Amino acid sequence: MIGNFVTTRFNYILGWARKYSLFHYPYITACCGMEYMSTAASHFDWDRFGTGWTRFSPRQSDMLVVCGTISHKSAPVLRTVYDQMTEPKWVMAFGTCAVSGGIYDNYAVVQGCDRIIPVDVYIPGCPPRPETVLDGLIKLQEKIQKQEQEWRWKKRK
Amino acid sequence: MEKKKVIEELKQKFAEKIKEVSAQFGDEILLIERDSLLDIVQFLKDKPYSYSMLLDLTCVDYKGQEPRFEMVYHLYSIPNVQRLRIKVSLSEKDLRIDSLASLWKNANWLEREVFDMFGVDFKGHPDLRRIFMYDGFEGYPLRKDYPLRKRQPRIPLRK
Repeated sequence: MIGNFVTTRFNYILGWARKYSLFHYPYITACCGMEYMSTAASHFDWDRFGTGWTRFSPRQSDMLVVCGTISHKSAPVLRTVYDQMTEPKWVMAFGTCAVSGGIYDNYAVVQGCDRIIPVDVYIPGCPPRPETVLDGLIKLQEKIQKQEQEWRWKKRK
Repeated sequence: MEKKKVIEELKQKFAEKIKEVSAQFGDEILLIERDSLLDIVQFLKDKPYSYSMLLDLTCVDYKGQEPRFEMVYHLYSIPNVQRLRIKVSLSEKDLRIDSLASLWKNANWLEREVFDMFGVDFKGHPDLRRIFMYDGFEGYPLRKDYPLRKRQPRIPLRK
């Protein structure tokens, strides 16, 4: 009984800590990168939501921001970056191209990055406005808070 | 005025090689024979006409017509401030043309693009490899008979 209480409290605290310290890796391939920059820079400042640290190594990051068109030629690169990230990890599909391929319905473009890696939050828009991005970020934080957390000495059923 | 002079001199010099002369959007278009491409372009590049800049080089697929393909070259004369368009028809069975890479450095990559997208074989090209698509990609994506929804992924897709 008391053990369950401690576990659920610890789960909650861990979720709280993780949602407010999302180190992110920007995988930027197209014009959505400009919108990413304006969201990350001081005017809209998504550091207010704890997403301040941009890590340019996938091994140190928690959130992969897939930002822009993914072509079939670069798909193995994105897959490798995702595989290199350590658990726990989340993926944000930023912009219409990353969500569904967008206007590029042709031989070269992957129809959404969820054909390659699992995605947690989809942000529509071509490109999305910073407010939309912040809304998507808050949605992701709610998801992280509610989900079942993993930790090393957790008892498995 | 200068433009008229170029066309006149070309007509005298390469009489039977020039199939058609027309004009569109203020620029002259020459439709020429395939085997005389290098001679005509070299003549235009030299003085006095000095069409020394290759603005663009591309290919058009007229599916259903014969000849099916058409190469388009855009030349620009810096001293005379004039453009000229040169077209060469290519049939699908014999899709070969001389390379301009010996005259212009930028023709190298432009021809590699046309080779990758249309499958045109450039004779005398120093390094004819694909430039955009990846190894193992089959077919020529900008041809009209390439299936619209055909995908050739390099890694297995989810779902």
